[in-house]
Amino acid sequence: MAEIQEYLLSREEFYSALAKRHGEKMQKLLENSEIAVFGLGGLGSHIVNILARSGVGKIYAVDFDTVDISNLHRQLYRISQIGMKKTSAIKEIVREANPFCRLISFDMKFSAEDEDSLNRTAEIISQSDIVCEAFDNAESKAELVNFCLERFPEKAVVCASGMAGEGSANLIETKRKMKNLYLCGDETSEVNENQGMFCSRVSVCASHQAHMIIRLISGETQP
Amino acid sequence: MEFVKITVNGEIYSVKNETTLIEVVRDRGFDEKRIAVEINGEIVPKASYSETLLKEGDSLEVVSFVGGG
Repeated sequence: MAEIQEYLLSREEFYSALAKRHGEKMQKLLENSEIAVFGLGGLGSHIVNILARSGVGKIYAVDFDTVDISNLHRQLYRISQIGMKKTSAIKEIVREANPFCRLISFDMKFSAEDEDSLNRTAEIISQSDIVCEAFDNAESKAELVNFCLERFPEKAVVCASGMAGEGSANLIETKRKMKNLYLCGDETSEVNENQGMFCSRVSVCASHQAHMIIRLISGETQP
Repeated sequence: MEFVKITVNGEIYSVKNETTLIEVVRDRGFDEKRIAVEINGEIVPKASYSETLLKEGDSLEVVSFVGGG
């Protein structure tokens, strides 16, 4: 698979096509950036896809879960990937979108109570330029954001809160909530038994996150 | 009793002197497990919420998370 793709498309061809669209300088910045994405669900699968297609050089992708039929309506995975680890499934998707993006996956569950998980998380964050929180659980979101801001106050964190339901997509916004914390979402729409997730709205939020990351890579710090 | 003025997410509140951060968090109805808090631009570690005393003019930014992703 890899040989065929490289035969069809060289690294130089691929990056020069991207540079034509994004500009040489921006493409260099994207190529040299390393982004950590925690969670590969409705947000993370779309974010990783966007970053890889944009030509980000290295992505650290973290998740413990496997692709389930209940994921297909909003996550990027395919029927043929049901049962596969999300870390492996996203690798397949990225390989076909940008074979030159180095996707390093971590099949692990983030837990603030687990010393080993925190050590591995710290290692991943320390190698990344920007951290992206893309979990679904509210407490895990808070735990990762707190861990990152406490331990790595110089790192920018792009997180998400509030994108469930069929409310207006125009309510999804990117805000700079703290010096190094950017939040995407409407801040209120919570997933629960009365309110599910729609691919359209979750992917709007994922695009907000991915776009803020791209802006940060370009040196722009405002949402 | 002495009071101090603080702001929480841009709104001004008057609280008793020596009020702790955790008291304000609970009074304002935040779920402490689902938030991150910055005071005057500095992140406050979760472990210090109960010993962080608020003083006149403190500016709090409380970011809360809801589920979904």
